[in-house]
Amino acid sequence: MMEKKNDLLEVLQKATGALIGILSLALILSLGAAYLFFFYKPSPKPILAKQETATPVAKVEAVAPNAENGTVDEETGFIIDTGWELAKANCTNCHAATLVTQNRATREGWEGMIRWMQRTQKLWDLGENEAAILDYLAKNYAPENKGRRPNLTDVEWYELEGTK
Amino acid sequence: MNTRRSFLKKSFLGSQALVWGVPVVYGSVAPEKYPFVGKWLADPEMLPGKNAGLKVLGERPWNIETPPHLLDDKVTPADKMFVRNNGLMPEAIDVANWSLTINGESAKTTKSYSIAELKSKFKTYTYQLTIECGGNGRAEFNPPAKGNQWEVGAVSCAKWTGVRLKDILMDVGIKDDAVYIGYYGKDVHLSKDPKKVVISRGVPISKALEDETLVAWAMNGEDIPLANGHPLRLVMGGWPGSVSGKWLSTIAVRNVVHDGEKMGGDSYRVPCEAVAPGEVVPDENMCIIEGMPVKSIISYPKTGALIKVGQTLPVRGHAWAGDKSVKEVHVSADFGATWQKADLEGPANRLAWQHFSAELELPATGYYEIWAKATDSDGKSQPMVVPGWNPKGYLNNACHRIAVKVR
Repeated sequence: MMEKKNDLLEVLQKATGALIGILSLALILSLGAAYLFFFYKPSPKPILAKQETATPVAKVEAVAPNAENGTVDEETGFIIDTGWELAKANCTNCHAATLVTQNRATREGWEGMIRWMQRTQKLWDLGENEAAILDYLAKNYAPENKGRRPNLTDVEWYELEGTK
Repeated sequence: MNTRRSFLKKSFLGSQALVWGVPVVYGSVAPEKYPFVGKWLADPEMLPGKNAGLKVLGERPWNIETPPHLLDDKVTPADKMFVRNNGLMPEAIDVANWSLTINGESAKTTKSYSIAELKSKFKTYTYQLTIECGGNGRAEFNPPAKGNQWEVGAVSCAKWTGVRLKDILMDVGIKDDAVYIGYYGKDVHLSKDPKKVVISRGVPISKALEDETLVAWAMNGEDIPLANGHPLRLVMGGWPGSVSGKWLSTIAVRNVVHDGEKMGGDSYRVPCEAVAPGEVVPDENMCIIEGMPVKSIISYPKTGALIKVGQTLPVRGHAWAGDKSVKEVHVSADFGATWQKADLEGPANRLAWQHFSAELELPATGYYEIWAKATDSDGKSQPMVVPGWNPKGYLNNACHRIAVKVR
C-alpha cells in the first residue's frame, strides 16, 4: 500500500515535472514570439508611412530592364536587385518612381541628387541605408556612353498614305 | 465601343508583358486607372483633357511630352500641349475669388486684382506664343543630365488671351530701381509642406514690359487646362517655359535679380563659359538662361514612314528662335551632305513659331533619315550634334530627324 502510494507520488511528481517543463518551454517560445513580434524589423521597412495620395502610383516600367535577371517591381518599375526595396521605400514617397528610373548617373551623381533633395526637398537622413541605396542605383542605373548623337531606335514602320 | 477599347488596352498591356518578359499582375486589376508611364497617357481620364498619345515621364509631379507627329497643328490644341510641373497642382480652384497681387520692394504700392477686374480694367490681347521647356532634348546629353528625360516634344505654340503685364505694372507703378520680376503660384510642394515654395522664377524687367508678355486666363479661346495653369498664368514666349508661372497669384517687382526657388544652383542655368562634358561647375560660374536657341521639329510625317520608289515625300514642321525669328529652314535626306531649302511662313506674331514645308525626291530604295535645320535672324543654325554639355542638360537644339524607308 505504502509502496503503491509512493509509486503514485513518484508518477505525480514526474508528471508535474514534465508539465513544468512543457509550460516553461511554451513560456520561452511565446516570449520569443512576442519579442519577434514587437522588436523584429523586417528589412526593409519604409521610414515613413506610405503617403496618402489621390493619384495611384504608376505601374509600369519606363525603361527596359537591364538587370541580369530581367525582372522589375510591378508597382514602381524598379529593377529587382540587392537594395531595391530600400530604394522603393525611400525614393517614392514624394515623387514618381520614374523620376529615378528614367535617370542614369554614377554613384557620385546619385549621391549629389540625394544631397540636393536633402538640402531643398525635405528628404530625410537615409542613415545606414544610404550606402545600400547608392550601390543599388549606381549598379542598375549607371550611365551609358551615348556619344554625340545616338541612332534612331524603336521606329514603328508604317505605309505612308496619300503621297504622289 | 467601350468593350473594343478595353480589349485593345488589354492586348496592348499583354504585348508589353511579352516584350519585357514581366508578368503584368495589375493588368487584370486596374490598368484603366494608371498612366502608362514611359509610354503613353493610356487613360486620358488620368489627366482630363489630355490626348491619349502623349508620353508620360512621371505622374507625381505630372510631366508629359508630346510626340512630334502630334504637334502637326499650326496652333497647339489644349489636349496636345505638354505638361511640365514641379509640384502638385492646386485643388479646388475658386475662379471668382482668385486674385493677383503685385508687390515687391520696387513696386510703388501693393495692389490686388480679381480676374474679373483684370478683364474689365485692362485691354485684352491675344498672341500665339511658343513655350518650350528649358530641358527639352535633355535625354540626349552625354554624360546624362539629371531630371526628366525630355526628348523633343516639350514645346507648344497655343493662342493665349490675357492682359499685358506692363499695363498692370504701370497701374501699380514701379520704381526706377526695378530690375526683375518674380512670380509666385499656388502649386503645392511634393513634400506637401505648405511653407515650401515649389518654383518662383522671373525675368528682367525689360522682358516683363514687352508687348507679348501676358497675364493670361484663356488658351485657344477657352479656359487654360488645369495642368497648364488654370485659372491664371504668365506667358512669355521664347524663354524657358519655367518663366511663365502657372496658377499665378503674386508678382513681385524686385530691385535685385529675383532669388526665388529654382533661380539659383543648376536650375535653369548653364555654365557662363562653355565646359567639357561632365565637368563640375561652381555656382558662381552659372548664368541664368534667357532666350531659347533656334530649333525646329518635323511634325509630318511621323517617323517610320514607308514609301514607294518614285513617290515624293512631303515634309512639314515648325521652327522657332527664342526672342528672334527664323530666317530659313533646310531639310536633308543624306545626313547633311546636301540641303534643300524649305518653304517658310512668317510668324502669326512676334514669338510665335513658323511653319515650313518641303517635298523631297528620294532617289533610290533604302533607309533614309530626314533632318531639318533652322537658321535664325542672326544667321545662327541648329547643330547636327548635341551642343554644349551643361550639368542639367538644357538648351539641346540639335536638329530633329525622322526615319524613312523607300521600297
